Amino acid sequence: MAQVTEPETDNLGETLAVEAGGHTPWREYFSFSTDHKVIGIQYLVCTFIFYLIGGALATAVRTELATPDSDFVSRELYNGLFTIHATVMIFLWIVPAGTGAFGNYLIPLMIGARDMAFPRLNAIAFWLIPPGGILLLSSFFVGAAGAGWTSYPPLSTTGEKAGEFIWILSVLILGTSSILGGINFLTTILKMRMPGMGLNDMPLFCWAMLAASALILISTPVLAGALILLAFDLIAGTAFFNPMGGGDPVVYQHMFWFYSHPAVYIMILPIFGMISDILPVHARKPIFGYQAIAYSSMAISFLGLIVWAHHMFTSGTPGWLRMFFMVATMIIAVPTGIKVFSWLATVWGGKIRLNSAMLFGLGFVSMFVIGGLSGIMIASVPFDIHVHDTYFIVAHLHYVLFGGSVFGLYAGIYHWFPKMTGRMMNEFLGKLHFVLTFIGFNLCFLPMHYLGLQGMPRRVAEYDPKFATVNLICTVGSYILAVSTFPLIINAVWSWIGGAKASGNPWDALTMEWQTASPPPVENFIGEPVRLTGPYDYGMGDRNSGIPMPESQANTPMLSGGPTVS
Amino acid sequence: MQGTIDTSNAAIQAEHGAGTHGGHHGDHPDHRIFGIIMFLVAESMIFLGLFAAYLTFRSVTPDWPPEGTPEMELLLPGVNTIILISSSFVMNRGNAAIKKNDVKGLRFWFGLTALMGAVFLVGQLYEYFHTGFGLADNIFTSTFYVLTGFHGLHVTFGLLLILAVLWKSLKAGHYSSESHFGPEAAELYWHFVDVVWIVLFTILYLF
Repeated sequence: MAQVTEPETDNLGETLAVEAGGHTPWREYFSFSTDHKVIGIQYLVCTFIFYLIGGALATAVRTELATPDSDFVSRELYNGLFTIHATVMIFLWIVPAGTGAFGNYLIPLMIGARDMAFPRLNAIAFWLIPPGGILLLSSFFVGAAGAGWTSYPPLSTTGEKAGEFIWILSVLILGTSSILGGINFLTTILKMRMPGMGLNDMPLFCWAMLAASALILISTPVLAGALILLAFDLIAGTAFFNPMGGGDPVVYQHMFWFYSHPAVYIMILPIFGMISDILPVHARKPIFGYQAIAYSSMAISFLGLIVWAHHMFTSGTPGWLRMFFMVATMIIAVPTGIKVFSWLATVWGGKIRLNSAMLFGLGFVSMFVIGGLSGIMIASVPFDIHVHDTYFIVAHLHYVLFGGSVFGLYAGIYHWFPKMTGRMMNEFLGKLHFVLTFIGFNLCFLPMHYLGLQGMPRRVAEYDPKFATVNLICTVGSYILAVSTFPLIINAVWSWIGGAKASGNPWDALTMEWQTASPPPVENFIGEPVRLTGPYDYGMGDRNSGIPMPESQANTPMLSGGPTVS
Repeated sequence: MQGTIDTSNAAIQAEHGAGTHGGHHGDHPDHRIFGIIMFLVAESMIFLGLFAAYLTFRSVTPDWPPEGTPEMELLLPGVNTIILISSSFVMNRGNAAIKKNDVKGLRFWFGLTALMGAVFLVGQLYEYFHTGFGLADNIFTSTFYVLTGFHGLHVTFGLLLILAVLWKSLKAGHYSSESHFGPEAAELYWHFVDVVWIVLFTILYLF
């Protein structure tokens, strides 16, 4: 790979380990800081708090569903609970955590830049999140929005108007934050790479963020348009989505899904990128098919934009159009499959370190595959019509968004925690966290496939008593899932305060963010950053470029034999 | 893969010039213009969404505009359109001036643009009071007010940008042939507002 500057000594590890770390005083995290690392951690902690709130709402939903009758909360409150649960999880946790938190923290470090392209814009984007989130939660005090996170009219225009209006406002605020972030990521990735780093030398996380940011930029504004029209319907007496006044509710669905389908890729693409960076490090092998993974992100991004109507197979979409959307949707399985097989090939034969980050990484791959496969099932029109608005959909989306995105975010937290804080996380608590999450998650969501196939509808507080046992199992699973966050919280707080000190590069990784101190100093690199290898050249140093490798991995045998776990 | 990297290396060297280090500065004007363009991409997607909604409403409604909608006057919006489009050319002169370090020229042409933008807005307000229909009368009137109103909001914002450039130029003598990001960004935004209006005028009034 390209070599920018000769290393000054033979021992690369010493050249690279910069001693001066950048410990940020805690007050900085409550200020309008323009440092991308501070903003990244602000995003991560803030969205994690919202994740806990969304999780509490989910536990309330599952408690209501533990029995077939509506005895825990009223039906109206139940509608509010699942609506706000979904909105919080999507707009305040997965989207801002995947893009905002990890994107902000990692991208400038990975491309050898001092900061994001627009630091102040970056801070503004973050500081829109807390007020947006608090506004959303405040809707509980005026009668929470209860039309589901899709907010379809006429349901949304006839129910609780104040709650619904607050929902619209907060989603507009969060969408604005997202767009500002997207502009910043695109500019940073395309314009701020260190000299000598081409697009094809970037870590795959940057490619994934490029694809996700493009999606944000193109699709989020359309949601804003839809919400503006919906707000007029709600408060100004217009009839854009009311057939009685000449409007058409399906137009809302088209505009909504033009954003919200790509939104699932905005949520999952950064995770794909993170996994592509985590697996090679802990398997000690070069990534398999770098360019295939990079370009498949772009392909997913493009295809994601043209398949939105597969959410609307039962909305009176004509047959020929359903045919197009069905085929286009299924084609997305190709680039996604390319990624999955590349990950498997990366791990295959590697010297795997089964630490918490790797466990969640592998957990992500397996759980996401289940979610992806049920996705292909739902893509086919006849099957979709059968399971439309049943728990099968609930199961599918949670396998993709929890088994996918959240597992990936967890993997990212364990992997980059040493870089962010300068401390190692506790491995025992990490593994406990993984086991509880894995069991709780599958216990909660796997039976939902069965419920859906048997015809249990979603978004209802009461159901046929014949589903009682399976629902109880799901509820128990959700409690385990709720408990599973405790080891993580304890671990994070404990390790941040008193964990073992982390070196600049505790995982012996090759991407740029590990070539500086942990945590990185204010402007990321002391002096000019120097890139010595490609991001994934594990064990390839001498053979390919004559560039010396960190000593710890110089003798690691690679690319031969079957799987070995050490 | 090696080949790709070497090429991109060379390209980057060429772009930044040997020995300079261009990758780190957020205030690099190139980056900022790129950011503005990205912002305008997002903006155009809002309008595209609204236009698509308008065209769909139109295509599913048998008689358009629906019965009872008063006839639309073309004269005022037509004149307004001509004013707005010409203002883009006027503004362009301003930027050409500052590139030659002609600050007075910048102020003159930008001032004229601001005036033309203000005339456009006043004309639009005048039209609102004389259309003879209300926001919630029918699907046509609703889309009419929301689309033109949303565009008017953008004209207002563009006007504020121009005034900010003028204010900075008068107060602090901010711009020169070396540094003229502000006027350039304002001009890009103004052209964007113009292009949106051309589409809007075409589908709302003419087509």
